[in-house]
Amino acid sequence: MTSQATPMIRLDELTKTYRGQPHPAVDRVSMDMPRGEIIVLVGPSGCGKTTTMELINRLIEPTSGRIYLDGDDVTRADPDSLRRRIGYVIQQIGLFPHFTVAENIATVPKLLGWDKKKIGDRVDELLDMVGMDPSEFRGRYPKQLSGGQRQRIGVARAMAADPPVMLMDEPFGAIDPITRDRLQNEFLRLQQQVQKTIVFVTHDIDEAIKLGDRIAILGERSQIAQYDTPANILASPASPYVADFIGAGASLKRLHLSQVSSVELDTGCVTARIDGDAEQARERLRASERAALLLLDADGRPQRWVDAGDLSSTDLFKAGEPVGAVVESTSTLSEALNAMLTSNSGVAVVIDRSGAFQGLLDFETVMVAARSERDFYRAAKVPS
Amino acid sequence: MDFYEYLVDNAEPLSQEALDHIVVVGISVGIALVLGCALGVLAHRSPRLRPPILAVSATLLTIPSLALFAMFIPLLGLGTPPAVVALVLYALLPIVRNTVVGLGSVDQSVLRAARGMGMGSWRRFLRIELPLAWPVVLTGVRVSTQVVVGIAAIAALVNGPGLGNEIFRGLRSLGSPFALNLVLGGTLGIVVVALLFDAFFIALRRLTTARGIR
Ligand SMILES: Nc1ncnc2c1ncn2[C@@H]1O[C@H](COP(=O)(O)OP(=O)(O)OP(=O)(O)O)[C@@H](O)[C@H]1O
Ligand SMILES: [Mg+2]
Repeated sequence: MTSQATPMIRLDELTKTYRGQPHPAVDRVSMDMPRGEIIVLVGPSGCGKTTTMELINRLIEPTSGRIYLDGDDVTRADPDSLRRRIGYVIQQIGLFPHFTVAENIATVPKLLGWDKKKIGDRVDELLDMVGMDPSEFRGRYPKQLSGGQRQRIGVARAMAADPPVMLMDEPFGAIDPITRDRLQNEFLRLQQQVQKTIVFVTHDIDEAIKLGDRIAILGERSQIAQYDTPANILASPASPYVADFIGAGASLKRLHLSQVSSVELDTGCVTARIDGDAEQARERLRASERAALLLLDADGRPQRWVDAGDLSSTDLFKAGEPVGAVVESTSTLSEALNAMLTSNSGVAVVIDRSGAFQGLLDFETVMVAARSERDFYRAAKVPS
Repeated sequence: MDFYEYLVDNAEPLSQEALDHIVVVGISVGIALVLGCALGVLAHRSPRLRPPILAVSATLLTIPSLALFAMFIPLLGLGTPPAVVALVLYALLPIVRNTVVGLGSVDQSVLRAARGMGMGSWRRFLRIELPLAWPVVLTGVRVSTQVVVGIAAIAALVNGPGLGNEIFRGLRSLGSPFALNLVLGGTLGIVVVALLFDAFFIALRRLTTARGIR
């Protein structure tokens, strides 16, 4: 039952009606969540994201429907042992204020009866993993941590017993944008190592696009408006509701998803060695139709831009201007665009991992990539 | 004979009575702690039981102490037992109320996190709820103790132990040359006992409050 095709989590017609409520908070939701992926539930406040998530670890008992974990029906399983297999980062973090950082992280391993040595090693390993020095933070109490640090301990605590499944409810919610960006990047790096199945709740569509392998856009009563990869959702929103939710910046958001290497680079640029002969360089520039020439060092790394006038000088190391926007081919188009805008140049110089020159990326190419083949977004906005 | 000489001459019986006083207060508050915590947890968990539990414990405190002590004589006779029962009832309200307040002030998200990690209900109560509510509960116990140290003096009326005996002996022999010394001696003893208990609670609070919430 644990073949590649079995989804890690399967929700089958899951419904929850809170006592005394006329309508269900979650209404017949069915969903397959593939193993090893980050599945983001995104939707407006009160649409039932937390309820859906807590149905999975049975903090909330379903009114009807079934939950399968790795092929097993866990709708009636013992909730405590189920929860020890599912890491949970609750919306409010909820660190134990009277426990040290180490004791907080050790909670589930202790419940599982690990021995002291193993727990201690695991705590240190996790602190390292979330980028906090064990010797400094092990003995601290939650009130002695910053908001971002608490957040990380919350994540470390949920991962302590290495559960195959993690539920994370707006874990980066109450953090300033810069720190949040950093934590998101760390989170993605971490996920690359651990490859867990992660259900991630947010109401921020940008966060969903950045982190999700798959996004479920939820409407009222947790109804799935669209469940697909970020690229597909951005390219073809299934309904006006989805299009609205993605917002006007859909084209720009697409740039977050494509790497520089996915578009065609301009490779016709004239180059010359910076330690070479100026006369020869001038000759090559004149022979081409280009206005400027790129000087590379001995390892092929881009150094300076020069035009014909600059080449009258014999010291090429001082001629022209240093290159401004340099991006790696693995960067996103959004990062490339950013580099162009901040360096005030219409083109970015693309390099490979070793720093060697690969080609040029111009503004126009980025703009074309941002536009989808068909303007689904506008089509979706037209009232039917 | 002046008061100071009296104290020196009677140091031994006085300290014996002070010790009795401490013991009867200690036992009563100890029982009230267990009972009050249990009632407090019940009141905290059941919104339906909360009003009656709080109302009854509050009413107990309004019964005149003399009457309360006397009430139990038919059932328990004279001596220590009726004294302890009456003192337990007096000590109940602050402990029950503070237990309810303390448990109510525990952050719900912390408890939900504990539940979400698969911590069973007993462990959750002992490891999370109680330690977090403890400083507030302990404050209730301290208030109870202060109330009971004073009221315990009345226990002498039902032949209970403690410094009340000293005071009542004085009151019975009013007019005699020793009367004032007896009353003063008993009263001073009670003040000292109250201060000792308070010092004890300050130390206990330090020792039993988890460092992260101090
Ligand atoms: N214990 C409860 N009893 C009754 N109704 C509830 C309860 N918990 C949540 N609800 C209702 O269920 C709906 C969904 O709530 P839920 O907490 O799942 O929303 P959410 O999508 O997580 O919102 P947010 O983004 O604000 O966290 C809401 O309308 C809420 O009022
Ligand atoms: Mg929520």
